[in-house]
Amino acid sequence: MLEGYLPLFVFLVLCIAFPLAALLVGKALRPSVFAPAKLESYECGIEAVGGARGRYSVRFYLVAILFVIFDVETVFLFPWAVRYKQLGWFGVAEALVFLGILVVGYVWAYKKGALEWV
Amino acid sequence: MDFILLSILKTAIAAPVLLGTLAYLVWIERKVLAHVQLRMGPSRVGPHGLLQPIADAIKLLTKEDFIPSYVNHVYYWLAPWLALMFAVTAISVIPIGPIVEIFGVKTNMGQADISIGLLLILGLTGMGVYGIALAGWSSNNKYSLLGGLRSSAQMISYELPMALAIASPLLIVNTLNLREIVNGQAGYVFGIIPNWNAVGGLQMFSFLIYLICAFAETNRIPFDLPEAENELVSGYNTEYSSMKFAAFFMAEYANIITACSVATTLFLGGWHPIIPNELGGQFIPTLICFFFAGVLFYHALNPARPSDRLSMGVIGAIILGLGLMFQVPVVKDLAQPLFWFASKAGFLIFVFIWVRGTVPRFRYDQLMRFAWLVLFPAALLNLLLTAFVVAAKSN
Repeated sequence: MLEGYLPLFVFLVLCIAFPLAALLVGKALRPSVFAPAKLESYECGIEAVGGARGRYSVRFYLVAILFVIFDVETVFLFPWAVRYKQLGWFGVAEALVFLGILVVGYVWAYKKGALEWV
Repeated sequence: MDFILLSILKTAIAAPVLLGTLAYLVWIERKVLAHVQLRMGPSRVGPHGLLQPIADAIKLLTKEDFIPSYVNHVYYWLAPWLALMFAVTAISVIPIGPIVEIFGVKTNMGQADISIGLLLILGLTGMGVYGIALAGWSSNNKYSLLGGLRSSAQMISYELPMALAIASPLLIVNTLNLREIVNGQAGYVFGIIPNWNAVGGLQMFSFLIYLICAFAETNRIPFDLPEAENELVSGYNTEYSSMKFAAFFMAEYANIITACSVATTLFLGGWHPIIPNELGGQFIPTLICFFFAGVLFYHALNPARPSDRLSMGVIGAIILGLGLMFQVPVVKDLAQPLFWFASKAGFLIFVFIWVRGTVPRFRYDQLMRFAWLVLFPAALLNLLLTAFVVAAKSN
């Protein structure tokens, strides 16, 4: 069981080490010249007005919540798909009930305008 | 013990190959885009600009890496690292060939061969959102924040239809192990049409949905809103320089490779040839190599510039030798699956670049509406339809 995952961990070690090595090697090679302008955030050369920690559209939160709901549903669909041929017509009926409830929720969210991006 | 050695050996082979592919993918992209737009593309560094990726790597490595004073240092450092780590680790479960026997050692072609390969890929590519969201937020720059937010919202929106599109071929193959998914697509309908999910398995609609979502997931044109340069400078990576910027860049290309490899594995039959081996499928790699060698020899004999006589001749000879190699008995079992997998995935990568050269960018509201009101219902309908057809066939 573990044997299958071992190459994955060997690879993971490499993936963790590589960016670190690249950054460290680069540190020895690259110049570092201080200038106060380099510390400012880049806004096309114009002096920045206000911070970036302001407000932004509530739509982004809404999308995140919708995603959580519908993504849990796809997580349930994967085990169903993997055992589909053993389940037979029972599997079809189950999916119809499950997806039916979901479609009701989807239509409700649509009616409420949650899926529209204005 | 042998197993540990073997996996280290495989990593030692895979890592430079992967790095080289990532570097030269940039060259290929620039070259293809240039020819789409009737330009030459990189042509100064080395013959046909072939040393350009190496020059770029040296440049990025020796560039000054300055950090603006307002950033949140921990997340600012963590973000490119996470993005690259998840993107590259996902590649390790992709099988590029069947289980083969080399010098008496039986092994799978590919790094890890695990029972939940597909879930792992979905999980790791999903984690990629963290890299981008953290980069956008920690930079403390309005452009970065907007780019990061847009990107996260877009990636999670397109993950839904993508997961649904992946679930429908799973109904046919009934496994999450990527090697077995490919094995489930072996054989030919009526002895000639390949039994791949996207062809003989009649899953072309899922394939199309998957491909569209893959474009959105990798932040490519027409869905590259996160780095829409005319409104957001460069989006989430505006404040990054030097190797940290390069990490984001490599992560993006690694994601493209993953997406194309998964598409090949799930829908295009992985390493199975397009024509049955009995009908001459095993000679196709050789014929293709001979064709390209012929084209190169023609250019060597009629050189556009003096240096072509040598370079074209040498590359032609190498490709000719490669073509002959596909027929050598022992090497054949290894090289043929590799050829088919690489050519299918390579073609999909080419499509990614081709689309970038052809299609304009979406508007953001169009992009979100397309995900929620078109792709999601379409993918759901497709899944139900597949479920009915598979149930009717098997019961």
